[in-house]
Amino acid sequence: MGKKNKDISMKPKCTAVNALRYGSLAVRLSAAIFGFGCFAKSQIIKGLFYLLAEAFLIFYLIQSGAANIARMITLGDQAQQKVWNEAKNIYEYVDGDRSLIILLYGIVTLFIVVLFFCLLVSSLKSAYKVQLFVKEGKPVPSFTDEIKALLDKKLHISLLTLPTAGVLMFTVLPLVFMISMAFTDYSKEGNKLVLFDWVGLINFKKILDLGGSLGQTFWPVLGWTLIWAIAATFTNYFLGMFLALLINWKEIRIKKFWRFCFVLTVAIPHFVTLLIIQQMLQPEGAVNILLRNMGIIGAKASLPFFTDALWARITVIIINLWVGVPYTLLQTTGILNNIPQELYDSAKVDGAGPIITFRKITLPYMLFITTPYLITAFAGNINNFNVIFLTSQGYPRDVGSTAGKTDLLITWLYKLTIENQYFNVGAVIGIMTFITLAIISLVTFRYSGSNKNEEEFR
Amino acid sequence: MKKKVVVSFAHVFLAILAFIWLIPVAWVILTSFRGTKGSYSATFFPSSYTLDNYIKLFTDFSVFNYPKMLLNTFIVASANCIISTFFVTSVAYTMSRLRFHSRKKFMHMAMIIRLFPGFMSMIAVYYIAKMLGWTGGPMLRVAMIAVYAGSAGCDYFIAKGFFDTIPIALDEAALLDGANKWHILTKIIMPLSRPIIVYTLLTSFAGPFKDFMLAKVLCGTNQDYYTVAVGLYQMLEIEYIDQWFCSFAAGAVIISIPIAILFLYTQKYYVDGISGAVKG
Repeated sequence: MGKKNKDISMKPKCTAVNALRYGSLAVRLSAAIFGFGCFAKSQIIKGLFYLLAEAFLIFYLIQSGAANIARMITLGDQAQQKVWNEAKNIYEYVDGDRSLIILLYGIVTLFIVVLFFCLLVSSLKSAYKVQLFVKEGKPVPSFTDEIKALLDKKLHISLLTLPTAGVLMFTVLPLVFMISMAFTDYSKEGNKLVLFDWVGLINFKKILDLGGSLGQTFWPVLGWTLIWAIAATFTNYFLGMFLALLINWKEIRIKKFWRFCFVLTVAIPHFVTLLIIQQMLQPEGAVNILLRNMGIIGAKASLPFFTDALWARITVIIINLWVGVPYTLLQTTGILNNIPQELYDSAKVDGAGPIITFRKITLPYMLFITTPYLITAFAGNINNFNVIFLTSQGYPRDVGSTAGKTDLLITWLYKLTIENQYFNVGAVIGIMTFITLAIISLVTFRYSGSNKNEEEFR
Repeated sequence: MKKKVVVSFAHVFLAILAFIWLIPVAWVILTSFRGTKGSYSATFFPSSYTLDNYIKLFTDFSVFNYPKMLLNTFIVASANCIISTFFVTSVAYTMSRLRFHSRKKFMHMAMIIRLFPGFMSMIAVYYIAKMLGWTGGPMLRVAMIAVYAGSAGCDYFIAKGFFDTIPIALDEAALLDGANKWHILTKIIMPLSRPIIVYTLLTSFAGPFKDFMLAKVLCGTNQDYYTVAVGLYQMLEIEYIDQWFCSFAAGAVIISIPIAILFLYTQKYYVDGISGAVKG
C-alpha cells in the first residue's frame, strides 16, 4: 500500500475538482459540453458518446423533468372535478392530480439528475486524464484501447454496470420512494389516499410519542421484536451447534442419516411448512388431536398455541427453531470440520475434558468465524416476516390495537400498509427497523474484529 | 458401561428430535393422500387414502389452474436463474478478485441495502412496474423477472466466499503469462467455479417457487399469471380451504420434490460457501 501512495503523490490526482482547477480550457469546457476534452484530443467516438448522452438527458430534463421536480414541491393540489359539458349536456369527470404518481416521477427525475452529475464528473475526469497523459508524454488512448481496458484494468466497470443498474432500479429506487412517504400524510386517515402533502417529521413524532396511540403500540412491538430476534438467533445458534457437535461425535452411528432427517426439512419451501404448522397448531388442528388421542389433554381441551400471548410467543420461537436449526446445523458442520485437529490433540495431552475443550477451543473458534453470520441471522430474524405472518399472524391481538402480541415491526408494517393503508406510518416503521438494525450490526461488527482480516486466509 | 448408556441415550435423543422435525413433513404427505375433505381431521392418520387430491389439481380448473401456475413459475424461474446467476457471479467475482478504489464503498452499500426490510418497498415496486406499463397481461412476467433478477446483485456473499477460496497465485501466474483480466475470468476462474455457478443457478431457479409476497402484490387479482406459491397460498383462503386443503398439500408435495432434490444436491456448495463466506 505504501508504495502506491507514493506514486500518487507525485502527480495531481485525477478528480473532478482538480480538473476544474488545473485543467486546460478544453478540459473545463467539458463540464458544459460533455466530451469536449475528448474531441480536442481527437477521441471522437468517446466524445460522441458523452455528447449524445448529455443531449438526451438535457432533452428529457427540459421536456418533462423540470415539471416533475416542480410538481414534487406541492405534490399536486388539483382534486378530481365534476365539470359541466355544455355540448353534451352532461357532467364529466376531469382527472385530478395523483400525489403518489407525482412523487414517483419526481424521484425518478431526481435519480436522472444525479446520473447527469455523474456523467459530468466522468466527462471532466476523462478529459483531464488525457491532459495528464499528454503532459507525461504518454500516447492518447484510442477507442480500441479504451475497449480493451474495459476487459482488463477496468473490468470491474463492465461487470458491475448491469447488476448495479438492476439494484438501483428495483431496490434503491423503491426504497427511496418508500422512505419519502414517511414525510407525507399519505394515509387512509383524513382521506389522503389520492392527494397528500409533505408534513415533515410529524409521523416520526407520532410513533415515538409514548402518550399517543401509535407510540403506545410502537414501543411494545419494538421491545418484542428485539426479544424475539435475540431469542430466535441464540436458541437457533446454540441448539444447531449442539446438534452439529452431537452428530459429529465419533460414537454416533449413521451420521449421514441423522443429517438427512434435519436437512430434508430445509428442502421444502418455507411458506409450505409454515402454513402446515399453522394448520397443525389450530385449536382443532393435528397436534391437539394427537394429544387428545394420546390422552395427554382432555377430549375437548386444546392447548392455546396462538390464543394466549405467552404461549403464542413461545410457540413462534419454537417454530422458528424448527425452521432455522437445520440451517445452523449445515453451516456449523462445515465450520466444525475446519477446526484444526491439533488444537484438540494438544488439549487432550494437557488433560482437558470435553467441557473445557468446548469452552476454550470450539466456542471461541466458532464465535470468531460466525460473527458475521450471527449478524446476518439477527438481521434476518428482525425482518422475519414469514415465520410470524404465516403462523400466528401476530395474534392474539388486543381490541382496538393495530398490532398483536406476536407482531414484529415488519408484520406490523405489513398490516399498517397493506391492510389499513397507513402508508406514511408504515414507512416510518420501516425506517425505524433499519435504524435499529444498523445500530446493532455496526456495534457488533466493530467489536467482533473479524471484518478486518478479509485476506488473511488466502 | 457408563459410556454405553450415554451413547445409547444420545441416539434416542437424536431419534426423538428427528421425529419432531419430520412430523410436519409426514403430515403434509399424509394429508395429500387423505380421502376426507376439509382442513380438520379427527385423527392424525387419515381414515382413507386417495389420489383424487392430485387428480383434482390437474383436472379441476374452476377456481385454480395448477398446471398454468406451474408453467408461469417455470417461465419466470428459468429467466430469473439465467439473469440472476450472471449478476451474482459478476458482482461476487468483482468484489472478490478485482481491486478498485470504491470497492469497499460498494460492499458497504450492498450491506446497508440488505438491512432494509425487503418488502417495505413492495408497494413501491408495484408502482414502478405500473409506471413501466408492466402490470397488465404478459408483461407481468417481465415485471416478476425484472424484480427478482434486478435485486439479485446484492446477494453475492456466498459466491464471493467461494471465489475467495481460489488461490490468488493462479491469477498472478496468468498475469505473468500476459493474460488480461477478462481472460483470467473466462479461461481460469470460470472453469474452476462450476460448483458455485450450479449452486447459484439452482437457488435462483428455486426462488420464484418459494416467494409469494412479491408475486401476489404484482399480480393482484390477475389469476392468469399467478405463480405456484401465490396459488397455493390462495387455496388456504377462507372461501376455498374446505374444498382445496388436501389439494394444497398435494400441490405443495409436487413442488417440494424437485426443490428438495435440488437442495440436497447443492447443499455441499452451500456449506462450502458459508464456511468460506464468513471470511469476507
